[in-house]
Amino acid sequence: MFYREAGQYKTNYAADMAVFPLRQDRIGLAVILAIALVGVPLIGNDFFIASVMIPFLVFSLAAIGLNILTGYTGLISLGTAAFMGVGAYSCYKLTTFFPGVNIIVLILVSGLFSAAIGVLFGLPSLRIKGFYLAVATLAAQFFLQWAFVRVPWLFNYNASGAIEVPQRTLFGLPITGAAATPETRYFVCLGLVVVLTWFASNLVHGKLGRSWMAVRDMDIAAELMGIKLLNAKLTAFAVSSYFAGVAGAMMIFLWYGGGEANDVFTIRLSFNILFMVIIGGLGSLIGSFMGAAFIASLPTILKFGLPALGVPLSGATAEHVTFMLVGALIIIFLILEPHGLARLWQIGKQKLRTWPFPY
Amino acid sequence: MSDVAAQPAPNLLANGWIKAGLIVIGLIAAAIVGARLDPTGTIHAIFVDPFNQMAQAPDLLAQTIWEGLVSGVLYALIALGFVLIFKASGVFNFAQGIMVVFAALTLVGLYEKGVPAFLAVILTLGVMFALAVTIERVVLRPLVNQPDIILFMATFGITYFLIGFGESVFGGSPKQMITDQLYLPKGAIDLKILGGIVSLQKIDIAAAIIASLMIAVLALFFQYTRIGRALRAVADSHKAALSVGISLNQIWVIVWFTAGIVALITGIMWGARSDVSFALEIVALKALPVLILGGFTSIPGAIVGGLIIGIGEKLGEFYWGPLIGGGIESWLAYFIALGFLLFRPQGLFGDKIIERI
Amino acid sequence: MKKSSIIRSVALGALLAAGAIAAPANAQDTIYVANNAYRTGPFSGSGIPIGDGMRDYFTMLNERDGGIGGVRINFEECETGYDTKKSIECYEQAKAKNTVVYSPWSTGATLAAIPRAHIDKIPILSMAYGLSASADGSQFPWVFIPPLTYWDGASIMVRHMANELGGMDKLKGKKLGLIHLDAPFGKEPIPVLENLAKKYGFEVKLYPVAAADMQNQGSLWLSIRRDRPDFLYNQGWGAMNPTAVKEAIKNNFPIGKLVGVWWAGGDDDARAGGAEAKGYKSLNFNAAGTNFPVIQDIVKHVVEKGKSLAPKEKVGENLYNRGVYNSMLVAEAIRNAQKLTGKKVITGDDMRRGLETLNVTEARLKEIGMEGFAAPVKVSCADHSGHHKAYVAEWDGTKWTKGSDWMEPLKEEVRPLIEANAKDYVEKAGNWPKRTESCEKSS
Repeated sequence: MFYREAGQYKTNYAADMAVFPLRQDRIGLAVILAIALVGVPLIGNDFFIASVMIPFLVFSLAAIGLNILTGYTGLISLGTAAFMGVGAYSCYKLTTFFPGVNIIVLILVSGLFSAAIGVLFGLPSLRIKGFYLAVATLAAQFFLQWAFVRVPWLFNYNASGAIEVPQRTLFGLPITGAAATPETRYFVCLGLVVVLTWFASNLVHGKLGRSWMAVRDMDIAAELMGIKLLNAKLTAFAVSSYFAGVAGAMMIFLWYGGGEANDVFTIRLSFNILFMVIIGGLGSLIGSFMGAAFIASLPTILKFGLPALGVPLSGATAEHVTFMLVGALIIIFLILEPHGLARLWQIGKQKLRTWPFPY
Repeated sequence: MSDVAAQPAPNLLANGWIKAGLIVIGLIAAAIVGARLDPTGTIHAIFVDPFNQMAQAPDLLAQTIWEGLVSGVLYALIALGFVLIFKASGVFNFAQGIMVVFAALTLVGLYEKGVPAFLAVILTLGVMFALAVTIERVVLRPLVNQPDIILFMATFGITYFLIGFGESVFGGSPKQMITDQLYLPKGAIDLKILGGIVSLQKIDIAAAIIASLMIAVLALFFQYTRIGRALRAVADSHKAALSVGISLNQIWVIVWFTAGIVALITGIMWGARSDVSFALEIVALKALPVLILGGFTSIPGAIVGGLIIGIGEKLGEFYWGPLIGGGIESWLAYFIALGFLLFRPQGLFGDKIIERI
Repeated sequence: MKKSSIIRSVALGALLAAGAIAAPANAQDTIYVANNAYRTGPFSGSGIPIGDGMRDYFTMLNERDGGIGGVRINFEECETGYDTKKSIECYEQAKAKNTVVYSPWSTGATLAAIPRAHIDKIPILSMAYGLSASADGSQFPWVFIPPLTYWDGASIMVRHMANELGGMDKLKGKKLGLIHLDAPFGKEPIPVLENLAKKYGFEVKLYPVAAADMQNQGSLWLSIRRDRPDFLYNQGWGAMNPTAVKEAIKNNFPIGKLVGVWWAGGDDDARAGGAEAKGYKSLNFNAAGTNFPVIQDIVKHVVEKGKSLAPKEKVGENLYNRGVYNSMLVAEAIRNAQKLTGKKVITGDDMRRGLETLNVTEARLKEIGMEGFAAPVKVSCADHSGHHKAYVAEWDGTKWTKGSDWMEPLKEEVRPLIEANAKDYVEKAGNWPKRTESCEKSS
């Protein structure tokens, strides 16, 4: 009734090609942004912002990165965590070399290093396909993880092997380091994620995105149509690793605040991000957000939310129950909707469009 | 994912091997020249020194190869579990690692409750069967005909569930594997050969024998029984198998149960080498390079792949690892596999990938 | 049906989220003590006995004495699974609930918590783990690392080696192997060992174990066989330790020359080696066994009433008693803080003062039923560790026994390193808050 395109006329081609052709969608997006900008900081307490919202944003960005590779280009990667690690360590090295440069610039630049490494490890994708490629990307995962421990230059020869996050400011307000409040860090994360999501959205809707999707659907056919596989696959690796790298730098600088970084970027994290992408929906940006919420935030909410609701669970039992519940939910969601949460979202929109007269 | 792949070149295999051979010969030639030119430098340390070490202490070389052989057999066992399921249902079973832990924990847990050891083995097999049936009913059946990646994801759900379930039933503390009660041998045979001692653990010998036996039995089973033929039919084409009256559901229960048996044996062997705890789950990741090396669909591939990876990574770590600080075992296996894969994208023994538009 | 179930799950999710936002306030008449634990995951084998010991000591205090100074202790475990991400959540939770002290229970968690604690003013007690440099109280007023650091441990290992060989001068030309987890925790002792090696002329060989290869140490032990080190020091944790013990036996390495750091001293670690593990050693700073009044009280008030999570035969194991020791430090610091401030319910800052003037004497140990259980501990404003003594425990085939006298760490070697390192850390962090907290005059 309220959600339908009747009466919204397109007068030029550009308007018809817009990402959000419906006025209602644009309003919806504005509402979500308003909630994220105003609602969350107003209602949520420090714990909610620091332990639920910031991780959610960081993982969303990483999931968008992997979605570009897996969902849009059809190349499975199990090395996302390692590329995030490259971003984090590059950011650390950069802020050591250029302490005067604004940290947000450095976070964005550190993604470039990750992109370069990503292209390097993406080269085998020209020859290897499917699960074989997935396991081949594990080479990147384990090699880089080894390098994070074994190359002391990366962590400035610290005796502890950990990286410390120095305090950096924006307009005089600390945004990294321990003095930064969760709210400030949240706003910085939000800003970065919004800008990069907008960037990703334009990429996937543009020429490059279409060539990625052609490669995904059938790469030989795409090649026959004149798409250069080399370019398409390697740009996908580069862009994907760039997003992962920025997410990794955000993870250490805006969320963890330093520490033992090498045990963060493990194979388990790589798997988790892949699952965010699959659960959220392959080839969908909004799905990346939903997947991140499901895989990253749900266990936290269950673990701390259930006791707060009075469910008498504690310590290990809560952990076991959370594990079982998440496992069961993954299976249930896959059975209900194998194409991910994004697909559910679409179905919902379709229902809404015909409501209240579905026939 | 579709099964389209690699290169349009038709004569890939021949080209690939020739190319590989030329590169290897070239590398060796370059190494010899380099080592001659600079007898103390890096090239010497990489290409000559390790071989000198091997020649000087052949007992250590023999021991290294033996260690590699044993771990290769154990990797092959885990890989076997993956291959069985992938062959029959196209599912990349991420849960194989946790199934190993779960089977071993059930066995030890039952024994601790006072069940005699061999009865506990039988009961554990029963539990693995129940698990196979449950997985088929609850997870696989509703997801039939879904893309591979969705099924892969579902096995991750199983993993999560089993971690939570296993830990709440058995607790997280490590347990001792009941090797004595299962009449598994203990101690070592010390061979005084090659100017030193090569020590062979009896449990490792037992592991190698049991693994070979099991692989032989499985091969015979799949080759000569009705179920085995049905399974191969399913592996070739689900639809064709259905059309000749093979029950997919039954086959799936059987392969998952077989993978459960393999998991139990793997669990006993790894458990005897260390202890039985959830940390064992990580070991399963070691089977992944074995898989890409051997091909996802080949049982002999899993074995040969396991041996190449096992021996390769032990030799690499022992002789070349110290050059760059050690600990290279964690990634060396993947690079070995990647090297092979560049020349044969479907793995050593994998089914040749044919692409059509 | 499909849709409604989805709606229901979404509603449930929202409800839960709302629940998480509204963390309950603390009751006024209890002291909230947050504590990380890992009863799940690959390291749970070491985490469970420690968690049980810590929990049981506070339960015992509540049951027997009604808490500390008449105030009940609200002891709450937060499960981390030895995962840094979860431990950060636990930290935020502990902060939201106004904990008086935070025990991170992993080196990674400690490193992540240190900068936050200095802003949030929450004392961290990282008992003999974490960042060795944090023993410098002038730079790290909020971090406590009694009774000794990993660097002290490494120096005690060198002293033990010298004792076995018959003097410091005999160290020359010897070879010490360090098996370590390839992570910051495992790499902690390296700088000290290398320093001491230079001074005393012995050689240090490193044997890193990646976390994924914890139970797969075959090639590492081959290297050990090739290098033939005279002693091995095992800075290991979790499933890595029983594997190391088994491999040592398998490779005919003399088991008496394998010495673990205190975290490699679990009963399960040694038990894995069977009868041949007899003689396996581990550094230690608490006694194992149930033969102490404090453990007897725990058995009487907690275990026999069915309030413990530990099975009775595990009570008194080495790591269990380590947990009891940790809780004793917390309890004594709370008592001390109550005495200093005259308050019953103390705050985080009071707790810092209590920890900074912590002085558990021989007489006090006797009072709390811990005579012979541990050495006296004294922490000062400048020295947040104390660099106390440790001894070498020996596995006799069924239990841990005392294998040597208490040994002092080589404090004159370790302390300058710690101060230099603390300065380095603070400089690199930039804008590190200067210590403004004044030192106590009393005691």
